[in-house]
Amino acid sequence: MSRQRKAVALISGGLDSMLAAKIVMEQGVHVEGINFFTGFCVEGHTHAIRENDKAKPKRNNALWVAEQLGIKLHIVDVVEEYKKVLINPKHGYGTHMNPCLDCKIFMVNKAKQWIVENDFDFIITGEVIGQRPMSQTKSKMPIVSKQSGADDLLLRPMCAKNLPATRPEIEGWVDREKLCDITGRSRKPQMAMAEKFGIDDYSQPAGGCCFLTDKYYSARLVDLWKAQGSKDYELDDVMLLKVGRHIRPEKHFKLIIAREEGEGRFLEGYKKEFTSMHCLSHTGPLALIDGITSAEDLYLAARIVARYGQGRHAEQVDIKIRDKEGSERTLQVKPLTNEEIPKEWYV
Amino acid sequence: MIKETLNARRLLCPLPVIRTQDKVKQLKAGDQLEVICTDPGVMQDIPTWCRINGHKVLETKVCDHEYSITLEVGA
Ligand code: SF4
Repeated sequence: MSRQRKAVALISGGLDSMLAAKIVMEQGVHVEGINFFTGFCVEGHTHAIRENDKAKPKRNNALWVAEQLGIKLHIVDVVEEYKKVLINPKHGYGTHMNPCLDCKIFMVNKAKQWIVENDFDFIITGEVIGQRPMSQTKSKMPIVSKQSGADDLLLRPMCAKNLPATRPEIEGWVDREKLCDITGRSRKPQMAMAEKFGIDDYSQPAGGCCFLTDKYYSARLVDLWKAQGSKDYELDDVMLLKVGRHIRPEKHFKLIIAREEGEGRFLEGYKKEFTSMHCLSHTGPLALIDGITSAEDLYLAARIVARYGQGRHAEQVDIKIRDKEGSERTLQVKPLTNEEIPKEWYV
Repeated sequence: MIKETLNARRLLCPLPVIRTQDKVKQLKAGDQLEVICTDPGVMQDIPTWCRINGHKVLETKVCDHEYSITLEVGA
């Protein structure tokens, strides 16, 4: 008797990868999921920070999908390795700072390494031809297979019939006839399949699977790179770009001002890495100062922070400044008015 | 049986799950692990991760914006 074949499915948490895994499972293949954490993933994060979003469900969709499918999920931290993908993508960026094609190649390559190490037979992705303009066109599909090193061990069950047969199909590990031929941006075929499988609750992220497809997030990342004069980042930068109001009065420093209590609590955790400020005389948000600042800069920053507290209309407010080492002092300042904060300062 | 504690404070999901996953790899069936976090998302994610991978959640606690989950490593 031939042995049961094993496949690893890239699980993003969305419907397509869920269906792709399901189709192959239906053919008797043992499937496990793999999910890569780049730091930019939409799952979790901001709603975990913001108090206002507490009512929203906090499930991680990749874990949820794995549970629905009844498969194991391996979550892999690729934060460090992903830097070279984002900082210098061979195939360039998409509409925003999303290096989708390089990202796909990178993830499939990681999955290839994983199947070798874990003695699995092939890789499944939920890609659909024509679904995304940059990374999922018919001409890009062979690029991902080739440059990732997965070659014909990469099976895309959602559109396999429109692509050359892969090894799992040729060897009969899966029946090509039972795979799909979906193309284009319409979601109807996927929705019909979901209904057939009895899947009625799934996530459909509008832009993509990560923050890099977000216009505002991408603008903050570009601003960070410009300010520091190099394309580099740490995981803390990635997180902080998602939180608070970012105001950059000068190239060499910016303020990150909490917009509500949850963000304030999150920023509290960074008081040992940044100079921080908050209003003493009135209720007001916590702010971090990112960059090296002169006394003059700090005075301006204090006036901005004052603008976001209850004392915004007061003649004078007291702002406490705490440096990284913990020494504190208080400045008396007049809050800036809205008009005194130019629009260009908002990142 | 050993009981270990994992400090996952300030990490946002899925990092507490990843750290838990990596720690559990070093433990044996029957060992216990208490994970302490500040991201409320763990109250959903770590139990889901445990169910998928055959581990048992023994206790969950919430105290002053901290979340603690104690699990027993499965076979
Ligand atoms: S949306 Fe983000 S995670 Fe998804 S392929 Fe593009 S860059 Fe990668």
